[in-house]
Parts: sequence; C-alpha cells; structure tokens
Amino acid sequence: MEIFGIPTQALFGQLLIGLINGSFYALLSLGLAVIFGLLNIINFTHGAQYMMGAFCAYFLLTKLGIGYWWALAVTPLAVGIIGMVIERLMLARLYKLDHLYGLLLTFGLALIIQGLFRNEYGTSGIPYALPQELAGGHNLGFMFLPNYRAWVILASIVVCLATWFMIEKTRLGAYLRAATENPQLVQAFGINVPRMITLTYGFGVALAAFAGVMAAPIYQVNPLMGADLIIVVFAVVVIGGMGSIMGSIVTGFALGLIEGLTKVFYPEASNTVIFIIMAIVLMIKPAGLFGTQR
Amino acid sequence: MFSNRSIFAAAPLAVAASLAQAQISDGVVKIGVLSDMSSLYSDIGGGGSVVAARMAIADFPTKGMKVELLSADHLNKPDVGSSIARQWYDVDKVDVIVDVPTSSVALAINQVTREKGKAFLVSGAASSDLTGKACSPNTIHWTYDTWMLANGTGNAIVKTGGDSWYFITADYAFGLALERDTEAVVLKNGGKVLGKVRHPLNAQDFSSFLLQAQASKAKIIGLANAGGDTTNAIKQAAEFGIVKGGQNLAGLLVFLSDIHGLGLDKAQGLIFTETFYWDLNDQTRGFARRFAAANSGKYPTMVQAGVYSAITHYLKAVTALKGDDGTKVIAKMKELPTDDPLFGKGTVRIDGRALHPAYLVEVKKPSESKGPYDYYKIRATIPADQAFRPLSEGGCPLVK
Repeated sequence: MEIFGIPTQALFGQLLIGLINGSFYALLSLGLAVIFGLLNIINFTHGAQYMMGAFCAYFLLTKLGIGYWWALAVTPLAVGIIGMVIERLMLARLYKLDHLYGLLLTFGLALIIQGLFRNEYGTSGIPYALPQELAGGHNLGFMFLPNYRAWVILASIVVCLATWFMIEKTRLGAYLRAATENPQLVQAFGINVPRMITLTYGFGVALAAFAGVMAAPIYQVNPLMGADLIIVVFAVVVIGGMGSIMGSIVTGFALGLIEGLTKVFYPEASNTVIFIIMAIVLMIKPAGLFGTQR
Repeated sequence: MFSNRSIFAAAPLAVAASLAQAQISDGVVKIGVLSDMSSLYSDIGGGGSVVAARMAIADFPTKGMKVELLSADHLNKPDVGSSIARQWYDVDKVDVIVDVPTSSVALAINQVTREKGKAFLVSGAASSDLTGKACSPNTIHWTYDTWMLANGTGNAIVKTGGDSWYFITADYAFGLALERDTEAVVLKNGGKVLGKVRHPLNAQDFSSFLLQAQASKAKIIGLANAGGDTTNAIKQAAEFGIVKGGQNLAGLLVFLSDIHGLGLDKAQGLIFTETFYWDLNDQTRGFARRFAAANSGKYPTMVQAGVYSAITHYLKAVTALKGDDGTKVIAKMKELPTDDPLFGKGTVRIDGRALHPAYLVEVKKPSESKGPYDYYKIRATIPADQAFRPLSEGGCPLVK
C-alpha cells in the first residue's frame, strides 16, 4: 500500500522519527515557555544551556567517571544552579524593563558561552557513548527502532506531563501563576516571590540541560549544537502560544511530526517548513495556537 | 597593480630595498586567509588555516620582502564572503585570498577575484567547477576537489563490489557537485544509483534520511556532505544498525578532524580519499608536530596543509616574478613546478588545477592505533596524473 507514492511502512517509520525529534522540541520549548510564562523573559541562552547540559554529561563521564544515568540527574541540577546565578546577578535587574532587554542580554550571553566552548573544543564535536543498557534496538517490522530513541520519547513525555501537572494542577504551580499576575499581592501573603522566580528560571534551565544530556549520545557533543536548534524551538513556542505550557508540549511533538513528513515528501524544505507554519499561524492567530491575548 | 599612493610610499624605501620590492604593490605582499572561523567547517580550515599560513610565511626565505597576514570569517555565506573580499581587495590592498571552505562562497570569491585581477588559492572548497566551467586565470584550486574524491573513493568501492548506491547529499553547490561526480564514476564502472535525498546544510538529525537510504536496499550509502553533517550521519547510522544490516557507508569527503571527533570505534573501516596525511614521511611528521604545538594540539587536516603548501608556492612565484600582480603571479605559479615538504613535487595545470598524488585511506581499528591522530592506513596511492579530472573533460574555457 502506498500513500502519495511512499510505502505506508516507510511513512510509519518517518512518523516515529518525527515524534523523536518532536520530543526534543517539546522538552526545549517547555523550558522556554515556563521561563517566559512566569518571568516574562525571552531566554535566548536556552540553546547554550542545552549545549552545556551535553558538555556537563561529557565532563562527568570523562573527568569523574560518572555515567549516563547519574548524569541525567546531576546535570540538570548543576546547569540549573548556573542558571540561577545568572538570574540573580543579571536577569533580576531587567524585570522592570521591556522584554527586549532580557532578550538582548540572554542572546549576548549565549554568544559568549558558545564562543568560549568553541574556542576550547572546536566544532567537530566530541563523542559520547550510548549507555550500555539502551544499546541495540528492535525491529518493528516497518523500521528498526533503536532502544535509545524509544527511551527519548518516553522520558520526554513523562517530563513534559509532570511539568504541566506541577504548574497547572498543584498549589506550588498556583503560587507561581499568581506571582506572575500580581507579584505584590502574592508577596503580601508572605511568599518570597524573588526566590520563587529564581527557582523557576533554574527549573527552566534544568529542562534544557536535561534535553542536552538526552541528546549527547545521539548527536555529537558540540559547542554549536544548541545554536541551530534554538531558532526552531523559538518558532515552536511562538506557534504554540508564548508562555502556554500545554501549547508548547503539543506543538513540539506536532511540529516534529510535520517536519518528519517534509523530510519524506520534500526534504529540501525540511528546515523551513516550521517557519512557514509560524508565519501562517501568526497571520491567523497572532497569540499562537494555545495562547491567549494579554 | 600600482596606485599613486603606493609609489610615493615605496619611494623612500626603494633606496634601501631591492628592485623586487619596488614592484610589489604597497611594498607589502598581503595574504588574506578567509575561512569558516566559527561554524561546522572551522576545524577543517578555520584558525588552523591561519596557523598554517603563518608557518608558511615564517618558513619562506623572504629575503627582506614584507609579507602580512589577515584573516576573516565568511560564516559560510557567499554574500558575506564576497563583501569581505571586495573590502580586502579595494581598501586593505590584499593581494591574495587563501583557503575558503564552502564551495558556494569559493565560487563567489572566484568571480570577485577575477574582476579585480587579484589571486585566489582555494584549499578548503571542493567543487570541481572551480577548474571546470567556472575556471579563472586568477584562481588555483590546490588541495582536492569533488572529481578527485569521487574518482578515488568511488572507483575503489565499486570495484570491490559496492555497485548499488544511495546518496545522502548536502543541498548546496558542494554536495551537488560531489554527488554528480560520484554518480558518474559509479555509472561508468557499471554500478547503479537507486536514489538520493538532499538535506539542508548543518542538519542535526539524519535518522529520517538514513531510514530512506535503508529502505532503498542499496549496498552503499554515499555521504555527499562534509564536517559535522558527515560525522552526525555516521554516528546515527551506527545507531540505526545500518552497517549491521549489510549496507556500507561511503564517506565521500572525510577529514582527519572528523575521525578525531567520531572516535575510532565508530569510524573504523571507513574508506575515503585524502591528498595529505601527517604520517606519510619525516617531513610531514615534522610539520604536523610543529603545527600541533601552535594549534592547541590538533593535527593538520589536508585543507590546512594545503594552505601551507599553496602559500609557499605563491611566495615562490612572487619572488621569481619580483612582483605581486594577481594575474601574473597565478600565471607564474602555473609555469613553475611545485615542490614542498607536504605535497611533494607536482605541477599546476592551465585550468588552475594543482596536481599531486592522492591517497586512498582506511580508518584503523582502535586496536591498531597507537594514540590520538594515528588513524589511517594508506591502502593505495593514486599518482598525480590519475588523481584529478583529465584536462579535456572539465569544460574550462581557458583550455583551447
């Protein structure tokens, strides 16, 4: 059986691949959405923080002999703390100003961080081995699915849903959302709003670092790995609606799928298709698919 | 090229200086290394090319001739590259531009250099069009080209049974030229091409393309791309069990830095063609050690070695000519035989193609390697007269 001249089997394979790439988009855009939704900061350092996650995993393995699974836990913590320091020292001074200032600061930081890593490690990338437990794969009939990629989808869905649940359904999430709406009032109830904001930024950054560790065994650990991805991820966030948690998750996976299909039907357009969709969405629904006008 | 300013500037010096310097524009030979300094090709050329250029100038007996070195980043964008080239030629009085990886940028600079009557020594770019339909009396293509890669690697693979191919191609001038030249070699040797897919430059994820290649059941998956694209494709092919499934990868353009980045366990057994390897003889080893010491321990790729070798020959021609007029120096470079410690003896052809031997190499197993950068076994040496496209087949208008 064929659909538009492509065997259905091949199509299933491509859809699954799309879902895997979508997992990365979802994880990264989720972090951005959390930071923008709760801090109103457009965090352009996100790509660099994703890259730092991958490098942190690499350092843990080569310098301290700490393997993948521990890296998955330690890295988000370590990079998240670096993120919190950046928030306290620099970002906190910009909250009263226009979004644009935060964007410029984080963009500059991203360039500096990437430049430093590039200077030290070049651009050919460094290998990071697959964890033994997830080596190999299964033949699904229509494609060979490496175990690691299956794990990426699973882990990403779990992390995304847990984050959504925490922000939308728990008391802590309610405080956070309230602090975004009216910080003075929430502070008046005895909640330390600045600390909460710092922790939230750290959490968003930790999500990026987590995605970086997930990516390390698939892609080369490369100083530029976040630079290209971040633009796509921003498009995902814009399409989903700036700051919408569920929006960024759903759009992340959906755009992975659409990009996957483009790679089959017209591969030359595979790196532009997301931006075409972004342009169309912005024309029809400027607040994004899941966003609400503020 | 004389400007009034340069005559006046040179006049007081002329008393002390030799006649040679009086004919050198501005009294200085200005060499500009234009490369990818910040993105996926910067380990192939980049800062290492600047190191190689500096070494070439230091090693050359300039006998009082002043040589200056500039460098810039073209960001792999043809428009950025040509505007830097114009600025260099018009304002900074640069005499020769060297390196320029990324074929689309090199083709643009090829054009600018010809308009301005300067000199262009290509080491980093690959498209064989630079000595084919786009050939110029102001350009020499030094290190390698797509025809040579296709011929070396393609021939060897088809002859050992790899007769059905699927191409994963970088979608710009270089990838398309490499695919075209390799396809011609495959078809000529009785093989067939089952399909191809084009990916954007600097694509991170290759799984979709690899899956399509897997479905084609071709024996050989030809990677007509370079740098980070090639390493990512090779790494992900291992993950999807492509080689275990009986298909083989052909890296059509692979550099030493790529193998270093991949690690031998992923790269072992790959076969490809290079024109320089540091461990060929005492001279190349000596050069590589000095180079590594100046380049934070990284050994030279063939592109960086090509920068050294091309500048050496350029300075030789400038000295012989006692002048640095671009068109004349290039003509002189074609006249003089080439001879340097890295590429050995060779010639430069009328279409601008530098001829030297090429090496078919195989990546060692981790157990065979003595340490970092001990990566290749030389499987065959392709003599200079067979390594490159015959003069008559390129379609270069300079060939009558």
